[in-house]
Amino acid sequence: MIAPTGPILNVKKLNVSYRTETGYTDAVRNVSFTLGREKLGIVGESGSGKSTVGRALMRLLPSARITAERMDFEGTPLLALKEKQMLDIRGRRMSMILQDPKFSLNPIRRVGDQVAESYLIHFKCSKAEARAKAMSMLEAVQIRDPERVYNLYPHEVSGGMGQRIMIAMMLLTDPDLVIADEPTSALDVTVRLQVLNILDTLVSERGIGLIMISHDLNLVRNFCDRVLIMYAGQVVESLKASELGKAQHPYTLGLLAAQPRIGGSRAPLSVLDRQAAWETPLEAVQ
Amino acid sequence: MKSVAVTNLSIALGMGANVANILPDLSFEVEKGECFGLIGESGSGKSTVLRCISLLLQHWRGDIAIGGTSLRDLSVIDRCRTVQMVFQDPYGSLHPRHSVRTVLQEPLKIHKLDRRQERMEQALEEVGLPISFLDRFPHQLSGGQRQRVAIARALILEPDILLLDEPTSALDVSVQAEILNLLSDLRRRRGFTYILVSHDLAVVDYMCDRFAVMQAGDIVEVLDRSALVNDSATHPYARELISASVAYDRAS
Ligand SMILES: Nc1ncnc2c1ncn2[C@@H]1O[C@H](COP(=O)(O)OP(=O)(O)OP(=O)(O)O)[C@@H](O)[C@H]1O
Ligand SMILES: Nc1ncnc2c1ncn2[C@@H]1O[C@H](COP(=O)(O)OP(=O)(O)OP(=O)(O)O)[C@@H](O)[C@H]1O
Ligand SMILES: [Mg+2]
Ligand SMILES: [Mg+2]
Repeated sequence: MIAPTGPILNVKKLNVSYRTETGYTDAVRNVSFTLGREKLGIVGESGSGKSTVGRALMRLLPSARITAERMDFEGTPLLALKEKQMLDIRGRRMSMILQDPKFSLNPIRRVGDQVAESYLIHFKCSKAEARAKAMSMLEAVQIRDPERVYNLYPHEVSGGMGQRIMIAMMLLTDPDLVIADEPTSALDVTVRLQVLNILDTLVSERGIGLIMISHDLNLVRNFCDRVLIMYAGQVVESLKASELGKAQHPYTLGLLAAQPRIGGSRAPLSVLDRQAAWETPLEAVQ
Repeated sequence: MKSVAVTNLSIALGMGANVANILPDLSFEVEKGECFGLIGESGSGKSTVLRCISLLLQHWRGDIAIGGTSLRDLSVIDRCRTVQMVFQDPYGSLHPRHSVRTVLQEPLKIHKLDRRQERMEQALEEVGLPISFLDRFPHQLSGGQRQRVAIARALILEPDILLLDEPTSALDVSVQAEILNLLSDLRRRRGFTYILVSHDLAVVDYMCDRFAVMQAGDIVEVLDRSALVNDSATHPYARELISASVAYDRAS
């Protein structure tokens, strides 16, 4: 179980390359960070490697080359584990909410049964108990009529329902580490705040570690403790979330300036003048 | 430039005991050249409305008219040139075994358009992707890159009406800014009409002239964009959603 002290994750110089026809291309370069019982946000350019970091931690990248000086989960070096050992950790002690929830579900099985199943795999109980658990979780994530939605197939649920089904699935298995890849982007603000509250309680009361990959700067600023900013495969800046406004890196500054505001001007939005220099290797940021 | 008029639209979805009246009775009008927003509760039927207008769902009742012509009277070919849609789930809208080239080429072939390579390159450039991506497959793209391919595909036929379902929620705000600037520019230059679904009211404020607030399959209120700042919504749900969004936007 969780060691009382020590970080949940310790990552040093993580590198990931994807295999393509023309050889390997780098997607993540020298990413280092630690995660305690806290909420760590990762924001960054589309294609900068955020989801790749998450999937590498879960060892969900069969066709990629992953190397790291260190990639420890509660003291266990993840890269040294056999796939069989990984199966006991993945989905149970560490859980990832994938960016395209509806397409990571099995298309030909009812969503409720899939939620119940994720509980049955890891815990001993009857089918009826698992069903009841699943139903109560759908309710907990504010799904309007859980009885109906339980019986739907993935293509029949709305975007935001799909995200909440993934969250319900994750909640049931009671993990120590949650990697949430854009978990709330399809939720209206009212439901979003309720779901964030649930996640917040997991961190403050159960002491889990949460990595929150998001494009929503308001969310990261107000919900997370710390933020990593990624650009072209690297972490270019690491900040306290409350000090996002004091960012220094030109990419981060450009992001902040590009955000539209309610009641703001309708002049063309400020866009980034991307510099080749931002892509040159950095020393690992702590 | 074309207008959209939706009158008494209704649809039931689901099977057997699970059938539900998802849209009981919905009407709204979008003026030609307007950008009209659809906001509201997750699961309230926003994507369903767009899927009815694009005839992805066909068994609805009521009437949908584009530029005064009933949608069902348009030929398939005319309809595709007139209405295009950008889907909320880019993964699902791209065929897993089709390269970006195939995705962009298909509509050009069907509609017998010339200068295909040029049009494809221009479409990718407009959404900020390198030409080399023509040979990639969906699983080799990040979430935001897939969404940009989907936007490029919708733009390539230069439709009169674009249905945009959360077109930028998978993009970082710097890429979002580029796409929103592009969409505004196209509307100004070519007179496109948009229906835009978004949970981000700052995006709605930036893009839209008016917007409708949906809850449980109904439009509870249609508002001018100014309602976001001058607190003029009257329906309780519309008021709640707007004030929560304003607080969310300001909390920084
Ligand atoms: N299977 C793959 N093969 C080759 N390249 C890939 C593969 N998967 C991802 N990539 C590339 O790796 C880079 C990082 O992708 P990743 O999905 O991690 O980005 P991201 O930061 O999550 O972006 P987004 O915000 O758009 O989701 C992208 O340039 C993408 O095109
Ligand atoms: N094919 C289908 N069969 C049964 N129910 C469906 C089907 N498609 C959609 N629904 C239901 O219709 C309702 C509205 O879904 P829709 O996708 O339109 O919501 P939405 O407003 O776009 O939500 P979100 O903001 O979460 O994307 C949901 O309750 C959904 O489960
Ligand atoms: Mg991603
Ligand atoms: Mg939707």
